[in-house]
This record gives sequence, structure tokens and C-alpha cells, in this order.
Amino acid sequence: MAADPTPRWKRVEEWDLRPLRLDSFSEENPEHGFAVFHSPWDPAPGLVLGSGGEIVEMDGRKAADFDILDAFIAAHHLDVAVAPEAMALDSTLVARMLVDVNVPREELERLARGMTPAKLAEVVGRLSMLEATFAYSKMRQRHSPGNQAHVTNAKDDPLQLAADSAIAVGLGFDEIETTMRVAGNAWANALACTVGAAAGRGSTLFQCSIEEAEELKIGLAGLATYAETVSVYGSERSFVDGDDTPWSKTFLTAAYASRGIKARCTSGAGSELLMGFHEKCSVLYLEARCLCLQRGMGVQGTQNGGVDGAPLTASMPGGVRELMAENLIAVWLGLECASGNDTRTSESEVRIGAKITPYLLAGSDLITSGFGSIRAYDNSFNPSLFNAEEMEDYLVLQRDFQADGGLAPVGESAALALRRQAVTALADVLEELGLADTEAGMIESVIHASGSNETETFSPLRTLQISQDIAARGLTALDVVRALARRGHRDMAGNVMAMLRQRVSGDYLQTSAILRDGRVVSAVNDPNRYSGPGTGYQMDEDRWARVKAVRGTISRNHILAGEGNHQAPAGAAQFYPIGEAGPGRDPHEVVIGISPAFGERLHRTTAGHAVTDVLDALTKGILEGGALPRVVRIRHTADTSFLGLTAARLAGSGFGIGIQAKGTAIIHQKDRLPHMNLELFSNAPLVSLDQYRAMGRNAGRMTWGELPEPIIVTNDGQALGARFHPRVALLYAIETEMTDPAATPEEMFFASAERNA
Amino acid sequence: MSRSPLDLYPLSEKASALVRTPGGLGLEDFTVDAALEGRIGPQDLAITPEVLRLQADIARAAGRDTLAANFERAAELTAVPQEMLLDTYELLRPGRAGAAAELRARAQLMRARFNAPLIAALIEEAAEIGEKRGLFTKRF
Repeated sequence: MAADPTPRWKRVEEWDLRPLRLDSFSEENPEHGFAVFHSPWDPAPGLVLGSGGEIVEMDGRKAADFDILDAFIAAHHLDVAVAPEAMALDSTLVARMLVDVNVPREELERLARGMTPAKLAEVVGRLSMLEATFAYSKMRQRHSPGNQAHVTNAKDDPLQLAADSAIAVGLGFDEIETTMRVAGNAWANALACTVGAAAGRGSTLFQCSIEEAEELKIGLAGLATYAETVSVYGSERSFVDGDDTPWSKTFLTAAYASRGIKARCTSGAGSELLMGFHEKCSVLYLEARCLCLQRGMGVQGTQNGGVDGAPLTASMPGGVRELMAENLIAVWLGLECASGNDTRTSESEVRIGAKITPYLLAGSDLITSGFGSIRAYDNSFNPSLFNAEEMEDYLVLQRDFQADGGLAPVGESAALALRRQAVTALADVLEELGLADTEAGMIESVIHASGSNETETFSPLRTLQISQDIAARGLTALDVVRALARRGHRDMAGNVMAMLRQRVSGDYLQTSAILRDGRVVSAVNDPNRYSGPGTGYQMDEDRWARVKAVRGTISRNHILAGEGNHQAPAGAAQFYPIGEAGPGRDPHEVVIGISPAFGERLHRTTAGHAVTDVLDALTKGILEGGALPRVVRIRHTADTSFLGLTAARLAGSGFGIGIQAKGTAIIHQKDRLPHMNLELFSNAPLVSLDQYRAMGRNAGRMTWGELPEPIIVTNDGQALGARFHPRVALLYAIETEMTDPAATPEEMFFASAERNA
Repeated sequence: MSRSPLDLYPLSEKASALVRTPGGLGLEDFTVDAALEGRIGPQDLAITPEVLRLQADIARAAGRDTLAANFERAAELTAVPQEMLLDTYELLRPGRAGAAAELRARAQLMRARFNAPLIAALIEEAAEIGEKRGLFTKRF
């Protein structure tokens, strides 16, 4: 048998069990691509122009040796009219300009057009996380922030897609993105999301993520409005392995625009590392190349910030800071930024909450490039940073920071109404178009389900058939409009029509464009002009009222209404005043001083005990301790210490107990200083009736000169303040309101339940 | 002072008269009734080169030169049928064309048949760099 290993510190064993320990943390190793901001193999920034203004050398590489990225960046990104000026600027100076509210965004964008990838990376590398976040909020393109949702499910169920699209739009997502478990279901997905997104206020951009040719066809049929699958990579070999070149992607970008479809590229730290062609460069430098390329391609925006490579990047030291730095380069280059946050980067909820916070504070064109608006197991892209499980956490973070994260709460009944509207409409459309008959049971099951594990719906084969029929028959959004209108869903038909109308105008092809209430909002007509406090985006009153209205808020009215509902049950203990209270003479008398609202306007402690039960427990305990209880109502104070001291001074023994309606209780003695009590139950929510009884017993034994063992109310770490303090503050305000400085203590007749029977 | 193209944006609100579909419809014709009565067809869901060039002017006036160039390439591609569009994209991917000449021929086709000089120039640039970087090797 092996020798007993060295005993461990139990703290570490506890840490071993926390979800954090499931995360991997990688060490830096630039030679193998594990470098965040800088690798010794990164080129130094540099640009040499020939006499005719042609680029002779860029970032340490001669034009003759340019790879496909260098060649494209040199030809299409770099503005040689600005480059000499921009490249000559000290990088720290430029970094300072990025956080200087007096340097306009436009001026910094002008300089970026003359900077090489290595220069851009060097500059953002000189900003701390806080500075990069601030710079991001100044440089992001659209004035008002937005957000994007993933809407998918494990069954590719069209009914659930419709319901969940309606919820996503209801919450305020500006874009929704779907994808499939089975590629053949693409058309059913697209049609279902188109119908669902038309419920309620309607108007949101929608994409069906699939292979390019199919995506173009779906877009052409009016069943999708944007695409973000134009992936680019930061090294030549990963680009070619990704089966494209900068020119093929540029062509594809123009192809999308030619069909009226908004497009954005996708890139992000770690992708080259995952693909095995990192060229020993830092992930930031490779991403800077991707972004210069994207500006050169003429795409309006990017989805970056790690994206699929985010967990790998976040595993490195400083990785999360790098993700913000690359988002900053994107907006600095004038690109719309859907800023990642679409991949679960950690098993630790602390790291998840921390990851989103800078983006919530800074705002972003699309804070996540895919918030899992559905359950994590239903997310066909893989779980997002935030999923339906944590939706309310996100809504509360918006409220905490008074930051607009693009969403606002939807009440349960409104949510159910949206789901019903969407699912019923889709069932009608499927029937009207002769695609499928939906059973009533399926509709009800989907409306009330949280995720696909709970739905009874079409079989996988049936869904596939629906999808194939849509494609084969060449159905378009116009068929959807007609079917909706014929079945009485006129408003939804109008919403789909409004989207088709927008497509023809091309307005949403411009940078950072989204649709809000049927109108295009973009960096052209709603540019970010932040220039310090008092400028920039702020929620108006109406918006803030909606954002802060999270579920389950309490107010004084809720408390009083709740107390009003509590009537003492028949046969319960009773007490009532019987005249002014004088000093007692019995040397074993213990006085219980009850607060002004105790059993008057407030009837329950924060632990949920009836105040009469608490009083009963205290009196029984005093008797067990060999003493005599007397109950006195004190009205001149509601403070526990003074309640206790007043009671003690009235008691023949000099020992008293003070108690508030919320359950905070104290043992006091007549000659002690007010705050030098003998025993205190400060965490009222945790105190049991047995413990009140034990407190009474201790007070009784004190009258015999004993020093009893204090009662310990154990606390296993609950956030009692978070759980109870709003209620406590409201309860205590009711107590203090009932105080009368001139009031003298009143003798109370108290009959316990037994005596009362 | 002449009007800036920025004053036209969004076209759907400020200059809707400039927007026509390939079928000749205006934005005001996009109604549910028009769809029900068959006055609007799939061809009306397409964007026109004229609108894309207006959006290019707007992008350029907003300081976004490369985005404007993209819209101008897109304007040329509106005339290219879906099959040809996808086939050209495919041809531009690594290893699809066996030699630069294939790409140059496609560029010529774009210029001659579709009056698409910007697209042709893009394809020719791809041919040149592909030759330099050896991208015409078969991948599958």
C-alpha cells in the first residue's frame, strides 16, 4: 500500500470542486503560437514607399515577398496619402489619442487608413483593459448599442424556431441568426424564423447560417437579410485551408450586396492557432491583418473578438484583454463590430459575468455576435457566453450598471402571447402553403416549452420534408406574406412586407445598420459622436423604464399588501395593551420589549415566523430558565439596543429582551451601555423558533447569576443582504414611522396559544 | 452648395422616389394588398445597380471609400445570373482554376458580357497573385 500522501490544505480541495477548475489555462509559448499581444516573430511596424508612392516594403517584408494577405492589404487597405504621416506617429501618442475625448473618432479613422497591421497592433497593445474599453466606447460606429441572438433548437423544429424568434424580437435583439443540425433543414429554419420574427413589433435582421451558395439562394428568396459567414484568416496557409483567398471573399461580399443582403466578415484570435498555421505570430497581430484585409474588401463590418477561438485565447494570460483590443482595431478601422461574446469561454459564472461587463459598459454595435436566446443545449452553434438560462442575470446587469445591453424584460404573459402568435401563424402558413398540418397538441406543447426536450412536434423526417418542399417549389417571402394575410395575420404580413421594402432601398447595407420599428438606424444616420461626459448614448426615460423593469421588484406597497394578507389564525396567541407599564419588583422577572409595529402592522419576521409564535417561544424559554416573563410594548424607539435596554430597566431582574417585528432580538441588562448587549440575533432570517426559545431560557438563567452558553446562529454564507435588505429597509421604515418620542411603555396582556385555548 | 449624398440617406425615408425595383415598382407599392393581388413578384425583391451606386455615393461621402467600392462591384454583379455568380466565386477559390489563364478568361467574360470592369479587375488581380503564390495547385 502506498504511503499516506502529504496531507493537503482542505481549502485547495474545495477549490478543486469549483467549476473554474474545469477550465484550461495555457502558458505562453510564442514559438508554438501561444502569444497574445506580442511574439518575438511579430514584425516591427514599418512602411517604405517608392518614389512613385508605391509600397516597397511593409512590416518588414519586401513587396516581392508579399503573401496573399500582405498583397491585398497593400493594394486595398493602405492609403499611401496618409501612411507616411500615420506611420511616423509614436505609438504611445496614438494610444493616448484613442482615449482622448478631444480627438474625434473621424481623425483617428483617417490615421488608421494609413497604418499597417503591425502598427495597429502595437498601438492597441499600449492600452490597459480599462483604456481599451473606453477607447472602444468612443470609437464604435453606431450611436445606440445593439445585440444579436442565436435562435436554434436541437430538433430544428420550425414551430419552436418561430416561438423563439418572436421572443428574441420581443426582448429587443436587432439581429437573429439561426443554423441547423441537419443542413437540409435550412429552408424550414429560414421560413420559420421569418414568420416568428414578424410577431409583435416585427422588423429585425435575420440570417440563416449555412454554406454560401445556399445562403445566397435563401437570401434571394427574401427569407434572410444578412450574412456573417464570410470568414477570413490572418495567415496565408490558414486562409487557403479555409478554402478561400482574399479575392474570393471580396467577390462573395460584393455578391451578397448585389442581392441586397447585408454582410459582415468573421475573424478572431486563435483561429489560425486552431488551424495550425500561426506562423509563430501573436494572435493580435494575425487578427490585425484580418481586419485590415476586411477594410480593404469593403465589407461593412466584422464579427470578431475571438468568436470560436475565444476560449483558446481566454486560456492565455491577458487573453480577455486581447479580445477587447482586437474589437478596438475593428471599430478604429471604421467597421461595424459584432463583438464576439458568442462562445462560452468558461465554466465559471464569475468569469462569464466579468467577460461581458466591459462590453456592457462600453456598448457595441452588437454586444454579442450571438446571445444564446435559447437553452444552451438547444444552441446549434454551441453554447454562447450567455444563454437563456442566464437571460435574467444579463437583464439585471443592465439594470445594475444603468447600461443598455440592447435588451429589455418581457413579462410572462406578454411572452406567452408572442409565442402563441408566432406558432399559430407558422402553423397557418404551413397549412396554407400545403407544407404541413400541425396538430393542436404540438402548438400548445411548443408555446409552453422552455427547450426542445419538452416539445412534442414534427418528426425529424417531416421537418426535412417541409424544408425540401420549400426549396423545390421555389417559395419566397412573398408567398409567406400572402399566406399570413389570407389567414388573418395581417400585421405580421405587413411586417414581412416592410422588410422586403427595406431590401430594395439598400439602406441596411451601410455600416452598422439595423432596423428599429421599421426604420434603418446605421453609422450614417446615427453615428457615434462621443466626446466626453454629457455626450454619447444615454437611455431616454422611456427606454430606462423598460430596461430596469426586471421581474420581482419590491416596494413598500408590496410589503404592506403582503402583511395585510396575514391574519393571525384562530386560536393563535393574542396580545393587547392593558395600561402603562411600571418597573417590576420580582428579582427573576424578564421583560420582553416589543417594537412599535410588532403584531400591529407587521406580523411576520424575515425568517417567516408569525411574531406571536416568536413571542410564545421567548416566553416559554424564560419560564424554562426559571424566570417570569412580562411583555411590554415600547413606542418611543424601534432600535433593538434601546428596546432591549428599556425592557431591562423595567424588569425586576434588570434583564430584558428587545425584539423588532422583523425578528432581530437582543438580551440586555439595565446598567450596560446601549450597544454593549449580552446576546444578539442580528441575522433574523436565519433564526429558528427553537433558538428564540433558547434565548429566552438564557435570559431566565441570567437572573440566577449564571453565565449560560450563548446561542450561535450559524450562517453558511448566504448573501443575506441581497436576499433581505430591501425588505428589511422597508419593514424598518414602517417601525420607525410608528415611533412616538413621547410614548411611554405599555403593559401587554399576552396569552399563548395554549393559554388562549 | 450642392446637396451631399448623405442628405439622401436613408433612401427609404428621404429619397424614396429614387428607388425602383427591376420590375419598375416604387417603395410605396410594397403593400400586403399588392402581394395578394399579384402586382409584386419575386423579381421585385431584387436591388438595382442604380440603388447600389447611390449607396456607394453615400458611403463615400461618409468617408468609407472601400465600402463604396464594394457597392460599385455589387452594382455590376446585379446583372450576373445566380449560376454564373456562384460559378465565378467557386473559380476564385484556391485550386479550382488550374491556371491563371482560366481566371483571366472569366475576367474577360465579365467585362464583355456583363459590362463589369471592376469585377474583371478584381479577378485579374487574383490571377496575378495566384500565379505568384502558387495557388493553382489542385486541392481535391
